[in-house]
Amino acid sequence: MQSGPISLVEKLWNAHKVADLGDDTALLHIDRLFLHERSGGRMLQGVASSGRPVYDPSMVIGTVDHIIDTDPGRTDRTKFPGGPEFIKQFRDGAAAAGVGVFDIDHPYQGIVHVIAPELGIAQPGMTLVCGDSHTCTMGGIGALAWGIGITQGEHVLSTQCLAVKKPRLMRVAFEGTLLPGVTAKDMILYLISQYGARGGEGAAIEFCGSAIRDLSCEARMTLCNMAVEFGAWTGVVAPDEKTIAFMRDRPFSPQQDYNQAAEAWWLTLHSDEGAVFDHDIRIDASAIAPQVTWGTSSEQSMGIGGTIPDPGGIIDPVAKASAEKALRYTGVVPGEPIAGLPIEAAFIGSCTNSRIEDLRAAAGILRGRHIAKGVKAICVPGSTPVKRQAEAEGLDRIFVESGFEWREAGCSLCFYAGGDSFGDARRVISSTNRNFENRQGVGVRSHLASPLTVAASAIAGHIADPRDYPVQ
Amino acid sequence: MEPFVRIKGVAAPLPIDNVDTDAIIPSRETQSVARTGYGEKLFANWRYAPGTRDRNADFVLNQAPFDSACILVAARNFGCGSSREAAVWALSQFGIRCVIAESFGTIFRNNCVRNGLLPIIMPLATVELLLDQLQDQAQDPIISVDLDAQTIHGPDGAEYPFQIGALEREMLLNGADEIDLTLQKRHLIEAFRQQDRARRPWVYQDMPELARTMEKVR
Ligand code: SF4
Repeated sequence: MQSGPISLVEKLWNAHKVADLGDDTALLHIDRLFLHERSGGRMLQGVASSGRPVYDPSMVIGTVDHIIDTDPGRTDRTKFPGGPEFIKQFRDGAAAAGVGVFDIDHPYQGIVHVIAPELGIAQPGMTLVCGDSHTCTMGGIGALAWGIGITQGEHVLSTQCLAVKKPRLMRVAFEGTLLPGVTAKDMILYLISQYGARGGEGAAIEFCGSAIRDLSCEARMTLCNMAVEFGAWTGVVAPDEKTIAFMRDRPFSPQQDYNQAAEAWWLTLHSDEGAVFDHDIRIDASAIAPQVTWGTSSEQSMGIGGTIPDPGGIIDPVAKASAEKALRYTGVVPGEPIAGLPIEAAFIGSCTNSRIEDLRAAAGILRGRHIAKGVKAICVPGSTPVKRQAEAEGLDRIFVESGFEWREAGCSLCFYAGGDSFGDARRVISSTNRNFENRQGVGVRSHLASPLTVAASAIAGHIADPRDYPVQ
Repeated sequence: MEPFVRIKGVAAPLPIDNVDTDAIIPSRETQSVARTGYGEKLFANWRYAPGTRDRNADFVLNQAPFDSACILVAARNFGCGSSREAAVWALSQFGIRCVIAESFGTIFRNNCVRNGLLPIIMPLATVELLLDQLQDQAQDPIISVDLDAQTIHGPDGAEYPFQIGALEREMLLNGADEIDLTLQKRHLIEAFRQQDRARRPWVYQDMPELARTMEKVR
C-alpha cells in the first residue's frame, strides 16, 4: 500500500491492479475492450484459433470506422481494396464470440474514440484499450485508456487483463486563459512543438491547470487524443463536475441504481495535494497562437504568424538530416511565412476534431462564406449521432453551401489505404493528427491545424489565420 | 514465438528521427487479413518508386550488404505513430530481429517484444557512433547482440551494455506465450473481479444486454 499523497494515474492504476508481476509491472484489469474492423477481426480470429474462450464478451464491443467508405449510400463494398474481407472477418468473429458491433447502418456507428465517450461506454475511472493508438482520447473524461497491438488485443480477449509496466508520471499544467481563436488542438500542437514528438516518451500525463478546467469535455478529448503524438503512453484529465454532467443520460452510462455511487467515486479521482511526479511542465496558455504544422512530424508545428524554420542552424546531424528530409517532402521554403501557402484540399474530420463542437466551430466561420475555387473540401462527422445532431442544427447546409462535401461517419481520409483519395490535390490542410509522409495519400503534404484554421484556409485557398474570419 | 538469445549479422543504418509506422508499413500495403507476406512491403514508400516494385537504389535496404540486414540502427522515436502490428511483422519477415535506437514509440515497442523482435535503447551518442561506423566503408557493418548478457558489440568490436526489463527479457529469451502466463493467474483475476464488482458494480453492466434493450426502444 502506498501511503501519503498519490496522483490520479496511481489511483486509477491501484483500482485495476490484479497482481504485482515484479519488475515494476502489474497485471491490470481491463474494463472495456473496443474493437474495429481493421484489427478486431484478426484479434477475434487469433483467439478462436487458439481454442481459448473469450473471457468476458460483455466487456467487449465493436464498431466499423477505419475501412468502410464515408460516401453517402455506402455499402459493404469499399473503395479500400480488400475491405469486404476485413469487414466479414470482423462481423463473423464478433458474432461467434457474442460481441456486439455498431455496424454500418447502426445509429450509433462512428469512429471508436468518438462514440466510446459519446455513448457512455468509456467512463471516468475505467481502463479501456483498443487496437488503435489514439485510444488515449478517452483520457479527456478521466479514463485510463491506451492503444495496443493485435497480440495484446488477443491477450485482453482471453484474460480481460494486460501486463503493464508502470509508466513515468508527468504533469502538464496549462495555466492562464486561451486567446480567442485558439483551441485544444493548438494547445497540444504547441506542447509537442516545444518539447518534441518524444517529449512525453512512455509517460502517463495528467493535463491540469486553469486552461484545462476551462475546456469542455470534448476539447479535453482533442487534447488527450494527441498525447500519443507526444510519445506518451496516455494522457488523462481528472473528472470534474463538467465530466459528470457530460456522462449523464448517455446510453451506456451507469444505470439508475448505480449512478450516484459512480459519480461519487469519479469525484475522488484527482491527484492529492502534494502528489509527486517524475516530470512537471508548465505552459502559459495565453502565449499560444493558432498552430499549423510545416513538416512531417507533429513537433514541426508553429504559430500561424511564423516563418518556416531554417535547418541550417541545427547542430545534431541526425536532427538536421531529419528536418531537411521533412522540408524536401513538404516542399516548403525556409524563411517564408506559413500563412499564405496555397492549399488544394481541406479536411475536417478524424477522432481528433470531428465532434459536434468542432463542426459548430468550423460552421461558424463557414456561414455566409464560400471556399476558394479549386479547393476540394470534405467534412466527415466523427459518428452517426454527431452527423444527425449536426443535421438537426442545420450545420450540414452551412458546410454544403460553402462548398464542402458532407459525408457519412468514419475515419475516411485521415489515412490513405489505397482507396478514397483527395484526387490530384497535393497540399491539404487537415484537422487530423498525423502529418506523416504519405499519410493522407501518396505524396500528399498534410498541414495539421484546428477545425477553425482549416475552415479559414479553405475559404482563403491558402493557409490562413482563423481570426481574420470572424463569425458572421 | 521464436526465442531471442543472441544474433550476429549485418546492421543497416537508418539515421532519421521519428520514423513512423506509416513509413515502416504504409496503410495501403495492408490490404489483406493475412499475417504473412509483409517482408517485401517493409518501408515500401522509401524502398520502391511510387506505385511500383522498382527498387530505389538510394535506400539503404536496397544496397548490399544491407539488403540482408538482421539488425537496424535508427535514431530517436523509432516506430512512433499507429498501433499497427504489421510494422513489426514487416521488419521480422524482412529478417530484422533487433532494432537499436535512442527511443521507441511505446505501442510499437510493446508489439516488438511480443513478436520476438528485440528493441534496444542506447544513448544518442552511442547510436550516432554506431551509425557512423555502419556508414564507414572501412569496416564490415556487423553487430552482435547478446540478450542473455545484455551487451552488443559494434562494428569496431567495442562492447556496449544495454538495459531491458526483466520480464520482457525472460519473455524474449524463452519465446514465452504471455497469455499462458496470465491464465496461470486466473484465480487472482476472478478474485479481483469479485471484489471489484462489489466496489464498482456499474462497470459490470452487461453491454450486449443494454444494447438489446436499446434496440427494443428504437
Ligand atoms: S480517425 Fe484517423 S487517427 Fe482516428 S482512429 Fe481513425 S484512422 Fe486512427
